[in-house]
Amino acid sequence: MPEQPPYDSEGAVAGTGMGGAMDLAASEATTLERAPGGPEGPQGPEGPGGREDAEGAGPAAGRPRSLWSDAWRDLRRNPVFVVSALVILFLVVIAVWPSLIASGNPLTCDLARAQDGPAPGHPFGFDGQGCDVYTRTVYGARASVTVGVCATLGVALLGSVLGGLAGFFGGTWDGFLSRITDIFFAIPVVLGGLVLLSVVPGNTVWPVVGFIVLLGWPQISRIARGSVITAKQHDYVQAARALGASNSRILLRHIAPNAVAPVIVVATIALGTYIALEATLSYLGVGLKPPSVSWGIDISAASPYIRNAPHALLWPAGALAITVLAFIMLGDAVRDALDPKLR
Amino acid sequence: MADTTKAGEPTDATPNVSDVRVAEVKSEEQAVAALDEHVDRGEPILQVRNLVKHFPLTQGILIKRQIGAVKAVDGISFDLYQGETLGIVGESGCGKSTVAKLLMNLERATAGEIFYKGQDITKLSGRALKAVRRNIQMIFQDPYTSLNPRMTVGDIIGEPFDIHPEVAPKGDRRRRVKELLDVVGLNPEYINRYPHQFSGGQRQRIGIARGLALNPEVIICDEPVSALDVSVQAQVINLMERLQDEFNLSYIFIAHDLSIVRHISDRVGVMYLGRMAEIGTDEQIYDHPTHPYTQALLSAVPVPDPDAREHRDRIILTGDVPSPANPPSGCRFRTRCWKAQDKCAEETPLLAIPERFKSSDSPAAHESACHFAEEKDVVHAA
Repeated sequence: MPEQPPYDSEGAVAGTGMGGAMDLAASEATTLERAPGGPEGPQGPEGPGGREDAEGAGPAAGRPRSLWSDAWRDLRRNPVFVVSALVILFLVVIAVWPSLIASGNPLTCDLARAQDGPAPGHPFGFDGQGCDVYTRTVYGARASVTVGVCATLGVALLGSVLGGLAGFFGGTWDGFLSRITDIFFAIPVVLGGLVLLSVVPGNTVWPVVGFIVLLGWPQISRIARGSVITAKQHDYVQAARALGASNSRILLRHIAPNAVAPVIVVATIALGTYIALEATLSYLGVGLKPPSVSWGIDISAASPYIRNAPHALLWPAGALAITVLAFIMLGDAVRDALDPKLR
Repeated sequence: MADTTKAGEPTDATPNVSDVRVAEVKSEEQAVAALDEHVDRGEPILQVRNLVKHFPLTQGILIKRQIGAVKAVDGISFDLYQGETLGIVGESGCGKSTVAKLLMNLERATAGEIFYKGQDITKLSGRALKAVRRNIQMIFQDPYTSLNPRMTVGDIIGEPFDIHPEVAPKGDRRRRVKELLDVVGLNPEYINRYPHQFSGGQRQRIGIARGLALNPEVIICDEPVSALDVSVQAQVINLMERLQDEFNLSYIFIAHDLSIVRHISDRVGVMYLGRMAEIGTDEQIYDHPTHPYTQALLSAVPVPDPDAREHRDRIILTGDVPSPANPPSGCRFRTRCWKAQDKCAEETPLLAIPERFKSSDSPAAHESACHFAEEKDVVHAA
């Protein structure tokens, strides 16, 4: 065929390791691409057979398939998704019930054992105040995961709804919103955090979450606006309109699935930076304050003693890195699964 | 809009189109009912009258000020009869695709009317507009962007049924989709595949199946085969002809390939710079063109016979197409026409049967917007 190079099933499924049935279906797709588009359509003897195999592995044969069910089928077979999902699940569990794996109290400290290395019952050693690093790392997951997940959800929802609507409808509101995002972009994050959070009383994560959402949504809103404008220009949107589809249908069925990929990528990367931002703000003393337990507080507390007691810094920092990595990998896998071309 | 009618310019540049029988409707129910009425073969089903679309040119960032308009479509009129194919040809930028979008109500017309079964669809909204959309469908130019890459073929072809649930009961939809795939020559088993797994020709068939899903009466084809290679073009064109006979469809076929338009069309309209230059049956246009622009266009058609090519009279136009934001006065074609005289700049030629051919019944007696229309057989010229 003249239009596209033949569909390269090998390249498309590399690494992710689909099952045998999916490979069969992919090779069938190759023969489909190569055959001339005659009125009969390419209907080789292996065609129906391969399809039945592919169907057998998925939902019952002949059932309608949709983007989301196909994406879920793909994700379950993707080891990257499985591993990162398990890590995130584990993090969520210990964030909710830290006492499941850590029996101690994170606030019970013994100055006599300050900066000590690992000891029986205290596998990660002790920090500068003589607190158990293992217990504090486990308990610190709650603040970090709460800030990361809630801030990202808030930013992604607010940003993509506002940006998407502005991009879709255009006009005056689009111009108005674009100027507002410009104003928010002009606020320096750390300075804004110092000013805003120092006047908010209380020692919970919610002011921090609120502050991150307030400063973070313009970034996602710009990306969502841009990708909605790109998706809007495609002929399939015109086709849907010509069929009489309503605006909400066009937005949800046609534009959102095609515009969501960059939002997912940026949001997952932002999730890592939000956890780090919470740590930064805690370090500066305006985020969470001791006696709250968070990775950011622990990292900042351990940083002066890095030469004597590196373990006190490395364990919470490692936990932070693994958390951020897990979320980024998850976002990557979800984005790929939502693109049928990569299947 | 600013100056749709210049001084001395007629409001309707096409005096001898058939009368429109405007339907008497008082409520939305009556409008919807009138749109479902049957139209006999050979009766006009779509009547376009003096259609105008100007895209405003604005300047300024905060306070937008209109400084002009791109006159993409500037007063065209034609009829589409039930069961026929009307080809519209013209070079790039002459307003062909804008006409298609106006007919689909994807763009709001600046002025003029489009009557479908006696109702002006440019003024409809709500349920009546939805009923019109059920009856007028479109096939798009580029099969690579006209199908949503994240929907399965079953979802793409089934979407019309979701939007118009009255057409097919819920349990029946999947069977209907498979039937449609079969009708356009695709294996019904492909219902769960994604568009990227198909070739260009197969994708265009999927687009055609989506257009057919609602059993429309009129299909507007905006360059449906330009993006395909020649062998696949033939397959798609033949499929469209077969479907026309099978479902009694009326086509408006927009293209820039003259030979394909001749192959499929019953009548052909030639557009230049937002106006209709000449309109007639395919024999009248191709064998007896009277408008100089049509003659120039036809003389550029490749001829496969080297002998005939040697002796044929090529008309090579000089200059470029003028900007549609600032079109020439009078006849739009005068800046590039070898026959142009002072009259052409002062007086807009009407799209009418030229005086000199009015009494004869030669095929040259068809509507042509030229003061100095004369017959010149460029295709067979030796």
